[in-house]
Amino acid sequence: MITYLLKRLLEMIPTLFGITIISFFIIQLAPGKPTDVLADLNPKMTPEARERLTKYYNLDKPIHVQYLMWLKRVAKLDFGDSFSTDRRPVWTKIKERLSITILINSLALVLIFAIAIPIGVSSAVHQYSLYDKITTMLVFIGFAIPTFWLALLLMILFGVNLHWLPVSGLKSLGYENLSIMGKIWDSVSHLILPVTLEAFGGLAGISRYMRSNMLEVIRQDYITTARAKGLSERKVIYKHALRNALLPVITLLGLSIPGLIGGSVIFENIFGIPGMGQLFYQSVMMRDYPVIMGILTIGAILTLLGNMLADIGYALTDPRIRAR
Amino acid sequence: MYRTSHIAYRILHILLPFITFLITAANCAKIDKEANAAQLTNNSTAPAAYGDTLVEGTIGEPSVLIPMLAGDSASQNVASLVINGLVKYDKDLTLVGDLAESWDISKNGLVITFYLKKGVKWTDGVEFTADDVMFGYKTIINEKTPTAYSEDYKQVKKAEVIDRYTFRITYEKPFAPALGSWGNLIVLPKHLLEGKDITKSELGRHPIGMGRFKFLKWTPGQDVVLEANPGYFEGRPYIDRYIYRVIPDPATMFLELKAGGIDWMGLTPIQYTRQANTAYLEKNFKKYRYPVPAYTYMGLNLCLRRETKTGKCIEKHPWFGDKRVRQAIAYAIDKHEIVDGVLFGLGSPATGPYVPNTWPYNPNVKKYDYNPEKAKELLADAGWKDTGIELPHWLPSLFGRMLKWAGWNIKDGVLDKDGRSFEFTILTNQGNTVRINTAVIIQRRLEAVGIKINVRILEWSTFINEFIDKRRFEAVILGWGLGLDPDQYDIWHSGKTKEKEFNFVSYNNPEVDALLEKGRRTFDMEERKKAYFRIHEILAEELPYIFLYVPDATPIVHARFQGIDPAPLIGMGYNIDKWYVPAGQQKHKITQ
Repeated sequence: MITYLLKRLLEMIPTLFGITIISFFIIQLAPGKPTDVLADLNPKMTPEARERLTKYYNLDKPIHVQYLMWLKRVAKLDFGDSFSTDRRPVWTKIKERLSITILINSLALVLIFAIAIPIGVSSAVHQYSLYDKITTMLVFIGFAIPTFWLALLLMILFGVNLHWLPVSGLKSLGYENLSIMGKIWDSVSHLILPVTLEAFGGLAGISRYMRSNMLEVIRQDYITTARAKGLSERKVIYKHALRNALLPVITLLGLSIPGLIGGSVIFENIFGIPGMGQLFYQSVMMRDYPVIMGILTIGAILTLLGNMLADIGYALTDPRIRAR
Repeated sequence: MYRTSHIAYRILHILLPFITFLITAANCAKIDKEANAAQLTNNSTAPAAYGDTLVEGTIGEPSVLIPMLAGDSASQNVASLVINGLVKYDKDLTLVGDLAESWDISKNGLVITFYLKKGVKWTDGVEFTADDVMFGYKTIINEKTPTAYSEDYKQVKKAEVIDRYTFRITYEKPFAPALGSWGNLIVLPKHLLEGKDITKSELGRHPIGMGRFKFLKWTPGQDVVLEANPGYFEGRPYIDRYIYRVIPDPATMFLELKAGGIDWMGLTPIQYTRQANTAYLEKNFKKYRYPVPAYTYMGLNLCLRRETKTGKCIEKHPWFGDKRVRQAIAYAIDKHEIVDGVLFGLGSPATGPYVPNTWPYNPNVKKYDYNPEKAKELLADAGWKDTGIELPHWLPSLFGRMLKWAGWNIKDGVLDKDGRSFEFTILTNQGNTVRINTAVIIQRRLEAVGIKINVRILEWSTFINEFIDKRRFEAVILGWGLGLDPDQYDIWHSGKTKEKEFNFVSYNNPEVDALLEKGRRTFDMEERKKAYFRIHEILAEELPYIFLYVPDATPIVHARFQGIDPAPLIGMGYNIDKWYVPAGQQKHKITQ
């Protein structure tokens, strides 16, 4: 097991290298430069001033040199400073947005799994029943409906008309003066709409996956055997079938890990949530190379780790794989 | 400026009015009751009182609160509340002293001496002196400071601190826009920054100023909180706190306004005209409207071939190089239609590069009222006629198109000259719906006089780098945001045609060059006015751009705020320290 782990970890290094090289070169292919934001069509900007900025950012150096400079910094665990006018360290900018994104995404993820798995299992058990059809329709509506549109409708209903929930943001004005319970409720109430909406959109995938897994398992011989033994239907479904049907979900969980730090731009913009999606979008629009690279690298590392964790989890839970 | 763009947003802007309408209609009764319960009185005679919080909504987050480092308007907005300059623009756009008590300009216009106010303190208690100005000046011209604004200060030959409260600068040549440049860009706290790298300084995130408000807190991605500066040299502002709240989506921001989450936001034209008329909003909010220092235009590429190094024009554009063609295009476009259709009437047609009712604006210039007949005449004069074989009208149009492909000249409603059809492409940037709609309206109007137009939408960076900078365009729709000084040397002077410079249409008129020079070299207002009047007149006659419209700013503020007094161009923030909420109507109390 340990040699297997070491091997996987070693394999990750060249892959990560490859990802960073490709990313670094590809983002430079897009027209435009980080200096554009300050300089484009600003009548006060002279060519000399522009050159000064280009030098300041080391953009006058050949691209492979720039990559090596970047690599040297990253080897020291330093993603450099942002090219945007605030020039703050990339890691600080990512850090201040990471926690809220991870919080919302993990809450949504928990919610998705908590709702989608029972839906999937029960609709598989009652295949083609009215219940199956209704849940199927509901999860697909959630999948198909434009989130931003539904978000606005719910904001108007709960925020503007009923005044039950705040419209956007993460904290109310005067948050500092609230009691502890008040503070907790304030934070929770700001999260209700975004988390619910995000979960609603994600139900379809997992529940359909769960349904088909379950259907496959139910048809297996050992389920027939279990039934033949005279076990109650409950026991057959929840003990024998469900456990086996859940195995592939572990892979899904592993693959969801990189998704935890990604955020949707539209979604975050609508709710005024300062998350990773916004940061990434803004940095792409501003050609803020260090921030783009920082986010891509972290994303790449998490994807690779997620894959590995999924494999390990699989090995731990499935005796058939462990034996190999 | 809108730069964010996404298909979803565009759909959103189409759908939103309907959604909002459906839902609000159902709940109107309920809201009305609430509004009555609030009982807001809007009489402006209520006595001024201290207290309350003002929350302004913004699409963009500030990036850095040191003015010389910031490139975005959000940063400048907040910084201007925290840091003052030596001079400022007054309501009527004249320059008045701010941190400077007064100033002298030598007879020849070369030496400006500022006499600073005494006893002004940075909020950390240290006194503001001429050394701070000197330090700011030295920082902005320092090669190592990444700033976009150093140009005005490089014209300075000598800067000296005469004594603690006297600062003198000497110019190589008289430079009229110079006076206005001594605003808050060059005021820095020397005692906090000396010997430090300004880009690494904490002050960018936690500024120390001496302005109307004092910096309190910045929660990234959410809000910047300022509080009244009790020691402000012109008296503390009435409002306790000012919060600049970041809400990236305009639709959400509007909902926040209705829900009471913000007090002040800029409305889009459709929000202003169609969505902000509900009884609730009319009662609790007040809408304002004033022109902003900006105009939108259609720029025509006047030059076909340029020298690569200097950008000097070698060969005029065969179509747009002809003044009659440009005038014809102007006559063929209905500017009122654009203002009404695209801006919902919230703007005014532009006649030149200045905003109506400001001092450099010349009211008596050639105006091009919509006149397609005149346009056709002028085009015919210039040799544009619809020639070619006339196909019988019962033939399918596809047939004609195929013949055209094969190189035949067909009489098809599009003008021809020297064997080429009058067809060109208008480029504009993605995400700016107003510009895109403008292009479409122009497309239709020009088609009516026999000019075929294609519209192409491009992502901003690509647009600028690949098309504007390389001069690969026939026509563009763009806007200029202007300073409050009328000097537009960089846009119109024939020497400003190099790559990345702003005379990208290659306009060249020696008289305009001379007038631009004259306008920036004299401090005599009458002389300047004369020069800019004449420039306006020439540009309106020659039309290097087809000037389209001057947009209005359309903000809305909660009605409990009194003392708001907006003025053209400068807007309403200039007297924010005089805004107040009468004691009975205050909404937020601050408990320490």
